[in-house]
Amino acid sequence: MTRWLLWLLGGILLGGVVHLATVLWLPRTATQDAYSRLQEVAPLNTVTALPAPSPDKALLPFMDPAFATAVCRYDLAKGPLQFSMTLSQAYTAVAFYTRFGIAYYAINDRAAGRRTIQLDLMTEKQHSEMPQEVDVTTADRLIVESPTVTGLIVIKALAPEPGLMPMAQEALATARCRPPQP
Amino acid sequence: MRLLIGSFFAFAVAALVGLGLTWLTLSGSTAFGAISIGAWTAWPRTGTTGIDPYARAAIARTGQLPLGLGDGVAFYARADDKRRPFDGRCDVNLQGTTPPARFWTLTLYDRDGRLVPNSLNRHGFTSQEIIRDTDGRFEIHVGPRARFGNWLPTGGAEHYMLVLRLYDTPVGLATRSGREAPMPSVAGGQCP
Repeated sequence: MTRWLLWLLGGILLGGVVHLATVLWLPRTATQDAYSRLQEVAPLNTVTALPAPSPDKALLPFMDPAFATAVCRYDLAKGPLQFSMTLSQAYTAVAFYTRFGIAYYAINDRAAGRRTIQLDLMTEKQHSEMPQEVDVTTADRLIVESPTVTGLIVIKALAPEPGLMPMAQEALATARCRPPQP
Repeated sequence: MRLLIGSFFAFAVAALVGLGLTWLTLSGSTAFGAISIGAWTAWPRTGTTGIDPYARAAIARTGQLPLGLGDGVAFYARADDKRRPFDGRCDVNLQGTTPPARFWTLTLYDRDGRLVPNSLNRHGFTSQEIIRDTDGRFEIHVGPRARFGNWLPTGGAEHYMLVLRLYDTPVGLATRSGREAPMPSVAGGQCP
């Protein structure tokens, strides 16, 4: 009897380990996460406007229908990327996500302070390898470090009322995400 | 032989307990660091790199992108102030004020985060569209039948949830109570 209780106890303890391991391991095996869903519609390193969510079709769950949304699925393996956009009259935000959908940085129009947002996206390694003098001369440029080599930039412009949706879409059309231009 | 049977037993228990716990925690909303104000709950830490492993697994499974904290905070409600789960065949009244934010939006989703079809094609309100009374307070009627004023149709869906998103807001990780973030009251009304 005691022997079986010991086996049971051992099983429960091992179960705890299994639980923790599966929770930690799950994001790496998910096939329906945001990045995988966007893979089908968004080419690499370019800005793609997403269709507005509707009851029968939405690319991602819990999208806010009051926003026009565009996405840049990036891969920094070949080098840093430059992101730029002209802001809309209403609320605009640019949010950065890792390959696994973790929000690591977000900036809105008011925090940007100007009518445009310009920033350089690179991995930590690419940032540390950047020549020092370049860092100084471009001090007015924002540098964002991506924790993963691939990820998502989500660009959102609010349409405060449905009639202003074209204005929001126009603002998104100015967004660019590309390798640095010479 | 006894050792073999014993270890088989232990492994079976481990698989059952481990996978069962994982399934249970991921089907509920178990992320840490929740702020609950009345009927509303937000998980601001989920919009940062400090996101906990459970929320991390949950977003990977559902495919949603959490609202980044530099962008805004999302408050979720699945039941009214008296903890009665929302039913799309009944009326619910939202009343009062919202926390300080440059903009907010209120959206109605089904349990899986899809919009609910309705004849008006209205799925939510923004802070600018809402009709307010003279002192800036507002009332939103959520229900299946058309109402005068701010009517958010439920389309008769059995279960739904409301998401109030605050954009560009001081509400965040340091927010503790309803005094810093006055959320609208959620009153359940009549049911047919």
